[in-house]
Amino acid sequence: MKSRSRKACLLSAVFMGLGQFYNRQFIKGILFAAAEIVFIAYMLPFIRYGLWGIYTLGETPQAFVDGKVVQGDHSIFLMVYGIISIVLIFVFALLYYLNCQDAYKVGKLRDNNVKPNNFLQSLKLAGEKGFPYLMLTPAVFFTLFITVVPLIFGILVAFTNYSFPNHVPPRKLVDWVGFQTFRDLFTLTGYKETFFGVFSWTVIWAVLATFTSFFSGLIFAVIINSNGIKLKKFWRTVFILPWAVPGYISILVFRNIFNAQFGPLNKWLASIGIEKIQWFGDPTWAKFVCLFVNLWLGFPYFMALMSGVLTGIPRDLYEAAEVEGANSIQKFFKITFPLVMFSTAPLLIMSFAHNFNNFNLIHFLNSGGPVNTAYKYAGHTDILLSWIYKLTLEQNQFNKACAVSIIIFIIIASISIFNFSRTRSFKEEDMIQ
Amino acid sequence: MKKKTTIKQVIIRGFIYFLLICITINTILPLYFVVIASFNPGNSLFSTKMFPDSLTTSHYRDLFEKKDYAVWYMNTLKIALASMVLTVILVIITSYTLSQFRFRGRKTGLMFMLVMTMFPGFMSMIAIYLLLLQVGLLDTHLGLILVYSGGNIAGFTWLVKGYFDGIPRSIPEAAKIDGAGNATVFTRIMLPMSFPIITFVAVSSFIGPWMDYIFARLVLRTPSKKTLAIGLFEMVTGRQNTEFTMFAAGAILVALPVTILYMSLQKYLIQGISEGASKI
Repeated sequence: MKSRSRKACLLSAVFMGLGQFYNRQFIKGILFAAAEIVFIAYMLPFIRYGLWGIYTLGETPQAFVDGKVVQGDHSIFLMVYGIISIVLIFVFALLYYLNCQDAYKVGKLRDNNVKPNNFLQSLKLAGEKGFPYLMLTPAVFFTLFITVVPLIFGILVAFTNYSFPNHVPPRKLVDWVGFQTFRDLFTLTGYKETFFGVFSWTVIWAVLATFTSFFSGLIFAVIINSNGIKLKKFWRTVFILPWAVPGYISILVFRNIFNAQFGPLNKWLASIGIEKIQWFGDPTWAKFVCLFVNLWLGFPYFMALMSGVLTGIPRDLYEAAEVEGANSIQKFFKITFPLVMFSTAPLLIMSFAHNFNNFNLIHFLNSGGPVNTAYKYAGHTDILLSWIYKLTLEQNQFNKACAVSIIIFIIIASISIFNFSRTRSFKEEDMIQ
Repeated sequence: MKKKTTIKQVIIRGFIYFLLICITINTILPLYFVVIASFNPGNSLFSTKMFPDSLTTSHYRDLFEKKDYAVWYMNTLKIALASMVLTVILVIITSYTLSQFRFRGRKTGLMFMLVMTMFPGFMSMIAIYLLLLQVGLLDTHLGLILVYSGGNIAGFTWLVKGYFDGIPRSIPEAAKIDGAGNATVFTRIMLPMSFPIITFVAVSSFIGPWMDYIFARLVLRTPSKKTLAIGLFEMVTGRQNTEFTMFAAGAILVALPVTILYMSLQKYLIQGISEGASKI
């Protein structure tokens, strides 16, 4: 009689709970069986509909019969139902697996003539072992519906033709098109130029924005912390101000300061006899203003950060260097700079990733303008993310927006993984004692 | 020889002070401009003077009399506070579990969360809109609160988990030997010890919704449910900028509490961000 374990497992695989009945664990058996009945009775119809929906994305479009609207299938809702169905199937499959595993384990105990736990005992055990899972449930639930399902949806949309004007439900159906959207993005006139143009500006922007604020932060941290500079606390407090003022307020204020027609800057320039500058009308100036405002906003944080690093550098390093006859420039490049870089390099990379997606600055400052006529729905200063915003909310080109999002994800993910592995090695290196 | 170096030093020092003063002016001027604009007698951007002849507080009064500023303020405050509380509770529970317990699927879950944080938030926008529509939470503050707190979990959890990991295991273990239960260890030891990082998460998850424009725009439709960011943005992006001074007044009322908060919590916040990067 060594086969109880296998028999119980098989029975449970046929119908949830059967194996538990066979093992004479009736309460558990009833619970498992009830779960399957609920699943079949209430969820199966929905899941069938959802799976059909995500496979076909709807078959009957909206129609007009005798001047009345007859609702057809709504492809996008069907897709969402499909995703939820798949999530439900996963949850159920997990439950099914646990059910068979439980039957097998209890069966094995019986094979070995060990008395299995009764219901209360196993409940208590589950409470102890399952404690972490119980604690994680709310977060998992939230993340599932606010992040995971929407993200899967976003990824799937990139492989459809969901876009204005020909494929917007409920009036029209949406179809699967495979990699066509990506192909369009790289080859279609208009989109091709926009994608590569915006992409290269995004990279240039992210590099310049990061480096300008990083190095200004470093320079001012060194200056303020150097010997003989008075009023250290005053400078530090003043310089940190832009960081403390909410970003979008400052950006909106700059939007007005640089206003070409009414702004105070041009008014002041006019008063000293300089002609008005089209700060936001001219592509080069607009890019310059973006970088300038970003520098204004970004350098205080790096300054504060590096002040902390600088005070952590042991003084005897400098004293030793002075004994050897090093001047202050040598001290900076041989001691300060490597040590600061060492502890802030991961932040530099993070900051690059942040600037790569710095939507707020671009959008609030000038909404990506001025308009570039060679581009499709994008301006000269638009970065990929603000282009996505326009594609989604203004132009309803959902599939293209999602395709670009996937590309951004690939870039940001590579950077983060690179950063991730570097930080690990950094920590293990243990250069600073 | 000695005299020469001092002259050189004086020049360098003079140059440094000159530079510092320039940057100070550059930093202060835009801020001064908003402040003075909010007290300027005129309405539009064009009539705003750097040194006005007279000052007025009428724009502040107008905010409450002509606009629904008080309503926006309360809306934003409510949303931000609720999101903060929900985020902090969820993040602490999740990260504590991930840090202190070992269980199946833990590593996978952590990697999964890390990947989640790398997608641009916009990507989920359409789907969030549809999901909220389906469950009837579109155009409600609750919907917005759920979106903010749900979207925050993954990133912050990594941060706080790293901090919990850094607390030496011997401390909670010693407490357990002395007879403290799981709950006591958590509330009396782990929570107080991780105060800096919790402050950071609380402030960031308050500021995020306080400042957010995109999702508020997406979810809220009814004017009476508007948040500050939407209200202020609309005031200042019109073609003529005829409400600039009122915008300035509104901006100051938004920025003042945040600025004071940031200045007083400076140390924690900067530490929090840098630890977030190095602890991952």
